[in-house]
Amino acid sequence: MSQKFVLGYFDDEETLMHAIEKINATGTKIYEVYSPFPIHGIDDLLGYKRTRLSVAAFIFGCIGFSLALFMQTFMLGLDKWRINIGGKPYLAWPDFVPVTFEGTVLITALGMVFTFMWVNEFFPGAVEKQPHPRVTEDLFVVAIKSEDAEGSDVQSIMSSNGALEVKEEEVLL
Amino acid sequence: MGAHAYHKPAAEMFQVSSRLKRTINVLLGVGILSIIISLILAYTGGSHEEAGHGGHHAVNFDKTRFWADILLSNWYFLGLTLGGSVFMALAYLTNAGWSIGIRRIPEAFSTYLPYAAAGFILIFVGAAEIYHWAHEGVTDPTSANYDAIIAEKSAYLNLPFMIGRFLAFFAGWFLMTRTIRMHSLAEDAEGGFFRHKRNKTMAGIFTTFFGVTWAMSSWDFMMSLDPHWFSTIYWVNQFAGMWVAAISTIMLFSILLKRAGYIQFVNTSHYHDLGKLMFAFSIFWTYTWLSQFLLYYYANIPEEAVYYFERWAGFKFLFWLNLILHFLFPLLMFMTRDAKRTESMIIPVATIILAAHFLDLYLCIMPGTVGQAEAGIYSWKFILEVGIFAFFAGLWLMVVTKSLSKINLIPTGSPYLKESVLHNT
Repeated sequence: MSQKFVLGYFDDEETLMHAIEKINATGTKIYEVYSPFPIHGIDDLLGYKRTRLSVAAFIFGCIGFSLALFMQTFMLGLDKWRINIGGKPYLAWPDFVPVTFEGTVLITALGMVFTFMWVNEFFPGAVEKQPHPRVTEDLFVVAIKSEDAEGSDVQSIMSSNGALEVKEEEVLL
Repeated sequence: MGAHAYHKPAAEMFQVSSRLKRTINVLLGVGILSIIISLILAYTGGSHEEAGHGGHHAVNFDKTRFWADILLSNWYFLGLTLGGSVFMALAYLTNAGWSIGIRRIPEAFSTYLPYAAAGFILIFVGAAEIYHWAHEGVTDPTSANYDAIIAEKSAYLNLPFMIGRFLAFFAGWFLMTRTIRMHSLAEDAEGGFFRHKRNKTMAGIFTTFFGVTWAMSSWDFMMSLDPHWFSTIYWVNQFAGMWVAAISTIMLFSILLKRAGYIQFVNTSHYHDLGKLMFAFSIFWTYTWLSQFLLYYYANIPEEAVYYFERWAGFKFLFWLNLILHFLFPLLMFMTRDAKRTESMIIPVATIILAAHFLDLYLCIMPGTVGQAEAGIYSWKFILEVGIFAFFAGLWLMVVTKSLSKINLIPTGSPYLKESVLHNT
């Protein structure tokens, strides 16, 4: 569903960061900033919380670890399919280490990729959400919801702080 | 970015505080006392007529233990010294900027090399006590000590060749690390890129040379303690152990120097990066340890498995403790981002890793030399073993802090200093 946004276009990240500081000073909430590359320190300026992807990684790691151990004890612990390898005990910890390790890595990696895609809405058939095609190339865009921008002078702040263009538009973001 | 203002740090001189001096003196004092007691035990006690390695000669275990301890401490501090050298070489090779601000610390480590050389010369004096292949008559078919396997290996494992190798290795390490340090110090006054480029070339030569020579030194000094046994991944495991210990030491030095009022630009991002290295390489150590263990476990050939049997049968508790301290503690304690950035968390982890490295080397050396029955850790004599280690720790600290105090603590001429000071992850 598209909404009305105030969009400020910039062509340099230094001026962009400066403008963001000015907007922050007015207390206006910035919806999102679009950039062709990651900018150092911008997450602090926008007040982003740190990603919890590492927590997801830990949980997936625990799941992978348990699954791999379960699989091996299930295969070698029951009398049905067990294979005698060099006369070793069926349930011996050194045998289990490589598979458990690989299982943990596999489930962690896959789980993190899918979590990342889920959170960022990357999946087949996803609708492209960007204010301008050039944000993947050389353009920086600050997006502020029109309702948040009401009553403040963010439009003039942006244009007096190096924005190429500032306009209000109905876009899908 | 505009958010951070850059203030170029001024040159600083480190002064050895009286507290540090006292610590070093205590370590040295305890060490010298332990060495004297160990020597008295070793060279006045009679030798036991027991079945030793070869089975036919008299063994004085106090003597063997003393020389094994000397080897352990020397190998430990050679590892820290060379680990520092590899750290500074890698910074040049990878164009790393973040570590430039603290590079005087590993540079100071490398000044211990001549002392390490002296320590290893000592080991050649006692070689026959700990190296079975250095016993008399092992290569002589008519001798009672004859050992067919060692006789086959004697083209490589003989004292003259080993001393020759040792001299070549130390000469190479010494000249190369001194050149890198010399260029780095001269850069302070000159600035520019000339010294930096020179060091980059030298770092490439050094790491190549180091890779080969470290592997051979591991065979010579450590693996040949069990001369019948061999492992191709042994030196990688030895490298991983010394490397994680060296990084932990660099970390401790950075924190303590900062607390003492020096290198104030060091921030949590520097700790985080060093912490990531500690975390990764303690896992890498476990990886190589297990790679070595699994092969002998799977194949279960008696000649090979005996190496682990000795460690399992006689040192089961330490065998597990080594894995717990070297792997499980760093893994669990250092997993989160905040832990790697908090001093009160870093100091215990780094200390545990340093202790685990000692234990790891203890398990490498003792079963093959004195065996379970006479290992110091099972009697009061362990105090002496720790004391001997304390002597080398004191000596190492004395040399390193002394060379730190003679130079400008901040590489003010380095082209990457700004990047290091503004480091932010």
